[in-house]
Amino acid sequence: MKVQAVSHLRFYIKVLKEQMMKGSFLVPYIIMLTVEGMPLLYLELAVGQRMRQGSIGAWRTINPYLSGVGVASVVVSFFLSMYYNVINAWAFWYLFHSFQDPLPWSVCPLNGNRTGYDEECEKASSTQYFWYRKTLNISPSIQESGAVQWEPALCLILAWLLVYLCILRGTESTGKVVYFTALLPYCVLIVYLVRGLTLHGATNGLAYMFTPKMEQLANPKAWINAATQIFFSLGLGFGSLIAFASYNEPSNNCQKHAVIVSIINSSTSIFASVVTFSIYGFKATFNYESCLNKVILLLTNSFDLEDGFLTVSNLEEVKSYLASAYPSKYSEVFPQIKNCSLESELETAVQGTGLAFIVYTEAIKNMEVSQLWSVLYFFMLLMLGIGSMLGNTAAILTPLTDSKVISSYLPKEAISGLVCLVSCAIGLVFTMEAGNYWFDIFNDYAATLPLLLIVLVEAAAVCYLYGLRRFESDLKAMTGHALNWYWKAMWGGVSPLLIISLFVFYLSDYIITGTLQYQAWDASQGQLVTKDYPPYALAIIGLLVASSTMCIPLGALGTFIVRRLKRRDTASVA
Amino acid sequence: MSPSRKILWAPNPSFLEAGKSTIKVLADGRFSVWHRKGVTMSWMGPREDAENAFKVRLSLRTALGDKAYAWDTNEEYLFKAMVAFSMRRVPNREGTEISHVLLCNVTQRVSFWFVVTDPSRNHTLPAVEVQSAIRLPLVAVSGGCSSLRMNRNRINNAFFLNDQTLEFLRIPATLAPPTDPSVPIWIIIFGVIFCIVIVATMLLILSGIRQHRRKNKGPSEMEDTEDKWENTVKIENGIPCDPLDMKGGHVNDAFVTEDERLTPL
Repeated sequence: MKVQAVSHLRFYIKVLKEQMMKGSFLVPYIIMLTVEGMPLLYLELAVGQRMRQGSIGAWRTINPYLSGVGVASVVVSFFLSMYYNVINAWAFWYLFHSFQDPLPWSVCPLNGNRTGYDEECEKASSTQYFWYRKTLNISPSIQESGAVQWEPALCLILAWLLVYLCILRGTESTGKVVYFTALLPYCVLIVYLVRGLTLHGATNGLAYMFTPKMEQLANPKAWINAATQIFFSLGLGFGSLIAFASYNEPSNNCQKHAVIVSIINSSTSIFASVVTFSIYGFKATFNYESCLNKVILLLTNSFDLEDGFLTVSNLEEVKSYLASAYPSKYSEVFPQIKNCSLESELETAVQGTGLAFIVYTEAIKNMEVSQLWSVLYFFMLLMLGIGSMLGNTAAILTPLTDSKVISSYLPKEAISGLVCLVSCAIGLVFTMEAGNYWFDIFNDYAATLPLLLIVLVEAAAVCYLYGLRRFESDLKAMTGHALNWYWKAMWGGVSPLLIISLFVFYLSDYIITGTLQYQAWDASQGQLVTKDYPPYALAIIGLLVASSTMCIPLGALGTFIVRRLKRRDTASVA
Repeated sequence: MSPSRKILWAPNPSFLEAGKSTIKVLADGRFSVWHRKGVTMSWMGPREDAENAFKVRLSLRTALGDKAYAWDTNEEYLFKAMVAFSMRRVPNREGTEISHVLLCNVTQRVSFWFVVTDPSRNHTLPAVEVQSAIRLPLVAVSGGCSSLRMNRNRINNAFFLNDQTLEFLRIPATLAPPTDPSVPIWIIIFGVIFCIVIVATMLLILSGIRQHRRKNKGPSEMEDTEDKWENTVKIENGIPCDPLDMKGGHVNDAFVTEDERLTPL
């Protein structure tokens, strides 16, 4: 029961995390959940409960040629843990800086001769400056690596120490920590919900969230994002679900669990997105109003109008009057007048971890008692992040500690320590000046494609290699319930087809755009520019994807060779 | 204004307020005011004079909202007094009077231009002097940047405004630098949490090692007690009993082994 609770809670963690990181659109999300998420979740739980082994052993039992699937899951988990803890390091950094008045990302620092603000900060905003310059000290492109920044490096070491502390004693202690790290964010989220809904302009964000946009629904990218987000948030393909389910009683009704968990998952994500969008609405409204105020000030100063005469309501008519009355002067001023639009503010898409930090800090700095909100928010982010890390490292450590070879030489603590040390050392790469670009590479490619492939192989293996009817009779014998036709249809047909179509979209997208590109920060302009990846970065991307996906065929090949050798041995003996 | 200076001003400030006016500094240094009613007024002074004029801009409604006062001649008088006061702190300019400060072209905004003339009223004081006067520290204190701003602060406070709502264009305000503590706060908090985590980790590792050692010692201790049992000699009624020696077997020779009765195969 406790393990089930642990696995449930782990789902919420991932959901909240991904909710915060990527903007969500309800319709694709809910559809993907019912068609992909729930059936595949049920599948993994059923496999684990039936085979009663961890992911590597379970797949070997289903079919000896599939031992590579478990290994692929472990490799993906390893990559994930390597780069994911950097997010916690950044959360620590922001958390420590939240105890200052004023918040360091709310004011620009002064330039050299104290006559104005720093140039980069003026061009961008103070929150962007704090993120790109103070936190990351980002270089203009991925080629210029720069040196390791000691401040984020320290925070990373602290984050790994904390993770090590939590996993030190093994899965039992991890379970207790996960209770804490999963429930606390809920409390903070409720506080934020109350605060968020009372903010000025929150309704704009909520209205934006709940109106379905037909053009965006037609874009396959939205569906792909929703699908990968479901996979990530449910933890499909990581092997941890199978491991958790293997501790369950055989008669446990895992169908009920799968449905309950998916429903809790989706309601949590809706809850989190309500909070998120109310804060977006506040930020967008605030920016829109300050943009309007800047235009008003510009016009008032240029035409020496009475202070307070120009308001938001009469802005348009006064503009047209001025254009007609003083055409030459107006045409001088015109280029500087920005077109302020609430829609465009709302649509600044939230993508990537950095943007999530920027958007939230921008909203927080405009609230009253911003230090309190900032501390609460980053503490919650930290809890979520540490919770995710615990799940990831558990997925890596379980096969290592289960294997007799390694655990006979080293005690449990030493194995965990070694894994943490190696991941921390590699993670220092992400604290270099170009580290954020490498982080984006890992974030975009290390987990998404391999996960899709792993889940596809899993579904296909259970249905066609093991046999859907055989599995159905196994489940009936185990749990006592018959398998609903819905699950059979999903497992056999719809879900694999959907995953294949997602693959096709990904590949076609890549082929159409030609080369892969990334967003680089240009300090002189104060904004992001698109650049192409250099060849060695493309090679590393390929290596990332290949190293996990190749495990599956290599595992099959390995088993085939071993069997051949055995057959030859037995043939020679007899 | 003496006629010899050939300055034409609107005789009544309210005349200016009634219409809209724009000001232009022309290429040859002339300073002209275009008025909607069609009257052109220009100050045909020497070029340097136009360069020595500063534009001031106030945003009363932004700063004070409903409590904004109306800008009238009395407020202008106060402004002239503040500028004269600032000039008097400049060495060699202690004789500056209010009448030496000239305001012109007050708009609805509220904005206007001002110059400071020398006592003979023949030419205007160079811009640099006026600039330094506005920025002049009230008390010459070495170190501490707040003193640099004090004159400006006095002027701001006289009108209940701040740097953003009372702007002297071309005199940039020195911005107050943020206070930098000697040790950044975040390092202190980081150090605290770091130490806590390290201590907790050490404690857990040590207790783990101790548990491990206890488990290893446990089975070996059990064997010790069994040996002790066997070595103590049981004494009952003063007569030692021989404990049943399970280790070796003593053969009682009285009994013939069964095997010998049967003939071997």
